[in-house]
Amino acid sequence: MSPLVAVDSLTKLFPVKRRVFALRVRHYVHAVDGVSFAVEEGEIFGLVGESGCGKTTTGKLLVKLLEPTSGRIVLEGQDITRLRRGPALRAFRRKVQMIFQDPYESLNPRFTVFDTIAEPLWIHGVRSLAEREARVAEILAQVGLTPPETFMFRYPHELSGGQRQRVAIARAMVVHPKFVVADEPTSMLDVSIRAGIMDLLLGLRQELGVSYLYITHDLAVARYMCDRLAVMYLGKIVEVGPTEEVLQNPLHPYTQALIAAVPVPDPTYTRAPPEIKGDVVAAVNPPPQCRFLPRCPRAQDLCRTAPHPPLVEHRDHGVACYLAGHG
Amino acid sequence: MAVESRVRLEPLWRVRARLFLRSFRRNWALFWESRIGPLGLGIILLFVLMMVAHPILMATVWDPRVYDPIVGFDPDLVGKHPAPPSPAHPLGTDPIGRDVLSQLMWSTRSEFALGVTAALITVTIGTLIGAVCAYFGGIVDAIFMRIADLVMLFPFIALLMVLRSVIHLDLVRLALVMGVFSGFGGITLTLKAQALTVKVKPYIEAAKVAGGSAFHIIRRHIIPNILPLSFLYMMFSVTGAVFTEAVLSYFGLLDIRMSWGIMIHTAESAGYLGAFGQYWWLWAPPGVAITLLCFAFYLVGRGLETLVNPRLRKR
Ligand SMILES: Nc1ncnc2c1ncn2[C@@H]1O[C@H](COP(=O)(O)OP(=O)(O)OP(=O)(O)O)[C@@H](O)[C@H]1O
Ligand code: SF4
Ligand SMILES: [Mg+2]
Repeated sequence: MSPLVAVDSLTKLFPVKRRVFALRVRHYVHAVDGVSFAVEEGEIFGLVGESGCGKTTTGKLLVKLLEPTSGRIVLEGQDITRLRRGPALRAFRRKVQMIFQDPYESLNPRFTVFDTIAEPLWIHGVRSLAEREARVAEILAQVGLTPPETFMFRYPHELSGGQRQRVAIARAMVVHPKFVVADEPTSMLDVSIRAGIMDLLLGLRQELGVSYLYITHDLAVARYMCDRLAVMYLGKIVEVGPTEEVLQNPLHPYTQALIAAVPVPDPTYTRAPPEIKGDVVAAVNPPPQCRFLPRCPRAQDLCRTAPHPPLVEHRDHGVACYLAGHG
Repeated sequence: MAVESRVRLEPLWRVRARLFLRSFRRNWALFWESRIGPLGLGIILLFVLMMVAHPILMATVWDPRVYDPIVGFDPDLVGKHPAPPSPAHPLGTDPIGRDVLSQLMWSTRSEFALGVTAALITVTIGTLIGAVCAYFGGIVDAIFMRIADLVMLFPFIALLMVLRSVIHLDLVRLALVMGVFSGFGGITLTLKAQALTVKVKPYIEAAKVAGGSAFHIIRRHIIPNILPLSFLYMMFSVTGAVFTEAVLSYFGLLDIRMSWGIMIHTAESAGYLGAFGQYWWLWAPPGVAITLLCFAFYLVGRGLETLVNPRLRKR
């Protein structure tokens, strides 16, 4: 069976203007650079990586908030890359939704909870007020804001961060989408309420049969949430596979460094110093070699002369590194 | 469905009315705390009182033949016009024997009509253009911004002088011309800047993901979020309109029969402005009225600023 969403060589370049000796030179940030992956029906596919590696851009491309520079996005076998208007786009907008990172900014401060959640219903043609009220109440109960009538007519500033994110989740889910991009939905929230939101998303997958692209920079969150995982570095996917497989048996030096950098709960344990050197460099006009080369502890001569390594899959575990043998 | 019946306890319009009332009360409290806002509102109410009192006075104690603001004449004081204040004429009479207080009160109505109409048109146009420019950017934005530059550089009074030679410039037309002209002017820049800060909010992206059209997003998200600022600018626009009318009337450029500006113009053209202090009742009442009304709307605007811009709040 074909996957729910398939992404093929997706690329997004952002032009940045810079001045070099009074000459205006056009540079490009390679925010997403030839990314391919597939999300199966009912699956939670994780996207992890450091800040600025292109996770949000990938998510926005998938929900068509951004137009890709090149590449293809296929939803349920239909190429939606060039979809611009008309009933096909309308149908797409109902099937694919997004949950944003910041629940303090993703709700219109002048909208009540009801206004926010009923908006997609109105846009998708639910004109009966009674029906909108009933469906908003139903979804509010589903996202754990009960009893619904005490929340319906509150404004965002009257809600806690966790409650706001539940409202944002309800807005995404009220049209019963098939695929939801969740962009770090818990990273802005208090640690104590993160688990509640994650469990809610897991529960909604069961109840509504929705699939997620789950974006996070937190490996522990990824492990809890995701069935499969893709690790991104400067616009490229460097490793992909089932979550446990990737975390237990990381093949790419970057993934290995990420896992080594995760804080360990045991205070007597002294962590080995992080292997990688330096900081993430922005992917402005990157050189053709491996993106990770400047920071890679294992780089060989081959890496300095060859182009960026392709993602090679063995069973369902893929890695983009010349030296990472599948053991 | 059980959920449905519980939620339908209160009809939606009642909930909305209640929420509106609540936010109105909260905003009113903030406005009240600004001090200058209520002061301005008080002054405006005083003018409203004057406006309402005029027809009542004309119908009861004031004889229309004597007190009519345009065609009235006091025969008891023939040869003494302009007469200084007296019990019969609290603010005296003008050079052609009309009661100054009556003129002052009667003109209030047209000042309000002119100011509010012009400001309403200005702000409506400015809000729409600001929102559309911010949302679409590109060529649409470029066109309206060039128009705004042009309007801001254009000598408006000179334009009206030319216009006057072509059309009959009465109060309604003046309000229209003024409203439209300044609607395309600097106000679009300010409102566009505000709309741009709204445009980048994630809830706009959420509305796009939900399938909202450009029209939907501008109408439901962008305009409501810049409307408070529009309202604020409306107050300042009223000030501008009233002031412009006064200047134009003073130079005799308008086809208006009576206004505060005309009152000063009458005094001036009859040569009574020269001896400054002597015939003060001819120019001081309309002068004070113009200043005070403009000031009042300005104060209300400043009072509203604390609502629109939360950073100005004390707490
Ligand atoms: N609209 C834009 N214009 C120019 N550059 C952009 C734009 N959006 C993103 N970028 C750049 O693209 C790169 C990827 O950004 P993106 O937001 O996708 O990263 P991210 O992985 O989501 O990071 P974070 O964890 O901080 O959210 C960054 O270098 C960023 O500066
Ligand atoms: S290809 Fe070379 S430089 Fe790139 S990650 Fe592998 S070892 Fe490091
Ligand atoms: Mg991001």
